[in-house]
Amino acid sequence: MSTDVTAEGGHGAVPTGPEVPTTPAPSVSRRDWPLYEVFVRGKRGLNHVHVGSLHAPDDEMAVHAARDVYTRRNEGVSIWVVKAADITASSPDEKDPMFAPSGDKVYRHPTFYEIPENVPHM
Amino acid sequence: MSAPTLDRPTDEAALQRQFEATIAADRRVEPRDWMPEGYRRTLIRQIAQHAHSEIIGMQPEGDWLLAAPSLRRKAILLAKVQDEAGHGMYLYSAAETLGADRADLTDKLIEKKQKYSSIFNYPTLTYADVGVIGWLVDGAAICNQVPLCRSSYGPYARAMIRVCKEESFHQRQGYELLMTMMRGTPEQRAMVQDAVDRWWWPSLMMFGPPDDDSPNSAQSMAWGIKRHSNDELRQRYVDMTVPQAEFLGVTLPDPELRLDPDTGRHRFGAIDWSEFKAVLAGNGPCNDERIARRRAARDDNAWVTEAATAYAEKHAGAVA
Repeated sequence: MSTDVTAEGGHGAVPTGPEVPTTPAPSVSRRDWPLYEVFVRGKRGLNHVHVGSLHAPDDEMAVHAARDVYTRRNEGVSIWVVKAADITASSPDEKDPMFAPSGDKVYRHPTFYEIPENVPHM
Repeated sequence: MSAPTLDRPTDEAALQRQFEATIAADRRVEPRDWMPEGYRRTLIRQIAQHAHSEIIGMQPEGDWLLAAPSLRRKAILLAKVQDEAGHGMYLYSAAETLGADRADLTDKLIEKKQKYSSIFNYPTLTYADVGVIGWLVDGAAICNQVPLCRSSYGPYARAMIRVCKEESFHQRQGYELLMTMMRGTPEQRAMVQDAVDRWWWPSLMMFGPPDDDSPNSAQSMAWGIKRHSNDELRQRYVDMTVPQAEFLGVTLPDPELRLDPDTGRHRFGAIDWSEFKAVLAGNGPCNDERIARRRAARDDNAWVTEAATAYAEKHAGAVA
């Protein structure tokens, strides 16, 4: 076989060789609905957790679509959607300077302190 | 989110080492991490085509929605077909974290530049096919997809965890449907056997060509995208399925199929790879029909998308 075909395309073998194009071509005629990131609270008492993304024309439609895509089996009791473009994130390239301040403050952790074992409830 | 921009000069070799260390430690690669271009492209190809398979996969079973024999079966089938749409959405979402564009991926599918699994180019001739697809096709998909839950790319692995949770329902509803038919009339039992006869070999082909004809697999394995070889997964599927067929009371259409007492594994006959190649090349029974329907869904419904956009634009600001 001229191309590579791999089983791990989920529902069955698909070609994964270089002849399959991957570079996005700008779509000419169509709208671009904004990308929304979706967060779901699994049940009361838990935080909302990021579950994925979807495209929708507006906020309200995004919530409806998120319900259909991400909560078909009671996976959630509350949904947040936010436009991906509105999220500000730390840059992975700043990894060291951004998080270094917490790295060298070992005294912020309970294990830093040595307490004799016979002190109760500590 | 766009690709990260760097304020300082990049040491590509250092980034490459960091990436390799992540893979070596079996940690996950996340969207904004630096990754080799080949890794990104391989993932886009695989995830996009996986997504396409889910979307096209709605069609063969969807053909039976209006002909399901009871309201119960119809509700189950509707839920299943809706799940396939959901799986496609999870996967397009994962592909977009790599910089792919969802609408563009659909265009590539419709223009036949990207493929989907060859299994969906076979027709569903009788209602028993719905059961056999759940049992065999989704059973094979589970073999493929469970290892993908540990794929090195975080968003793909997380999407697969969701998919796998739902896939178990798919397989069980299919098997239960077949058990019900096997308790029925001789005609119903014959219908099940006929469906098994038609789907068994194509389901084995779902795992792809033999390992010695799979030239780039090694790279995907090294990157932790792929966890098991095609032949390994196929063998696992056969060993799982044979006892299920016995319980059901159907015969798998392979006279060479037998248990090897030394290894405890099943040996099976030679697969007709010329058929697989023909279907993949576009010459299966339903290739044109599947793509034509996907194209119609995009084009005929374009007015809905446009109307929703117009509505959103008109009300922008009013809600805030």
